[in-house]
Amino acid sequence: MSEHSHDHPHDHGDHSHLSEMDARVRALESLLVEKGYIESAAVDEIVQTYETKIGPQNGAHVVARAWSDPAFSKWLMEDATAAIHSLGYTSRQGEHMIAVVNSDDTHHLVVCTLCSCYPWSVLGLPPSWYKSPPYRSRVVINPRGVLEDFGISLPETVAVEVHDSTAETRYIVIPQRPDGTDGMSEDELAKLVTRNSMIGTGFAKSLKETT
Amino acid sequence: MNGGADLGGMQGFGPVVDVPDEGNYHAEWESRVMGMVVALGACGQWNIDLSRHARESIPPADYLSFPYYKIWTEGVQKLMLERGMVTAEELSDGKLRTPAIKVRGRLEAKNVWDGLHSLSGAATRPEEGKPAFQIGDKIRTIKSHPEGHTRLPRYARNCEGVVTQILGFHVFPDSSGNGENPHWLYQVRFTAQELWGPDKNPRDTVTLDLWEPHFEKA
Repeated sequence: MSEHSHDHPHDHGDHSHLSEMDARVRALESLLVEKGYIESAAVDEIVQTYETKIGPQNGAHVVARAWSDPAFSKWLMEDATAAIHSLGYTSRQGEHMIAVVNSDDTHHLVVCTLCSCYPWSVLGLPPSWYKSPPYRSRVVINPRGVLEDFGISLPETVAVEVHDSTAETRYIVIPQRPDGTDGMSEDELAKLVTRNSMIGTGFAKSLKETT
Repeated sequence: MNGGADLGGMQGFGPVVDVPDEGNYHAEWESRVMGMVVALGACGQWNIDLSRHARESIPPADYLSFPYYKIWTEGVQKLMLERGMVTAEELSDGKLRTPAIKVRGRLEAKNVWDGLHSLSGAATRPEEGKPAFQIGDKIRTIKSHPEGHTRLPRYARNCEGVVTQILGFHVFPDSSGNGENPHWLYQVRFTAQELWGPDKNPRDTVTLDLWEPHFEKA
């Protein structure tokens, strides 16, 4: 068979699963294009949009605005959907938003145990770990153990609240503002906001981490 | 359904591994599947809950071992087969044998940005009546193991919680396929001890967003 010919000396068996999917998906795309259900250029455009235009930079902007503008922060608590949409982040999987705020007393974490619901409009596509059985199974029964996997050890006195995204509501965590950032601009603050800090499996970067 | 997708509380999968800077995909086919599944939404042949049900119906052993976007591939193929959009023979080799069925539309590249921002996925519907529960009400979730789709996971059935927010009048996913049947949606908070037992930290909680048919007054 040609796959095993001398032209492909590096084709080992462990690639067969992926190359099988590659062939299947190519066949599927050409069929759907021929049937007129999809346009390949639209598929390209969707992929590109989530590579370059819709990602955690959107959420970082929301958090930085909340840190620097008390009126926006209040609006975010009362009506996160309207507050986030006002910044132009109205794309799919962000139609109904809830913002939860981390504090010294409470640490919030977001999951979808049933599938992989995630606030695409502000965070883009979910990372692999968020969609994986280890996270989805364990974060509701042992959230402190999951936080340890991310290098975070919370005192027993801090309450952990996990939000299981069982409806079309999508959650964004507003991490605590790092110390020593008074007077920083919204753009500078946004650079401190990591994707994981908006899921609850991380903190915003300290000033030390950015220099 | 009690399928492979309902993972909350399962044990033995090991630690969560965060791979820094891994990117959105592990192979090009994954990106094509993501884009195709989003684009196919414009055909108007299913809603998000039918799509979820197609994935959760994959046999549990397969669901747990397939790469994520293979689950998407299997799910979307099942939906298209059920609707006669494609045949099994066509899927096997990608060669067209039957005409396309009539669909609502096709997403074109120039309309992608507007399509993604159309808010057409909003789940709220015109309100009917008043919510039967108020913030602070104690509730107990139902004990039920439906064969079809449900958004009440196994780990939170027959448990006592407190209503923490009234979230609006939303399409009820558990009846998807039989009309939208919208109901009032609530955020409900459960203590970790109620869900998992007395050895859990008494401060810890889990919230779920649940519809009125999912619970009764406690």
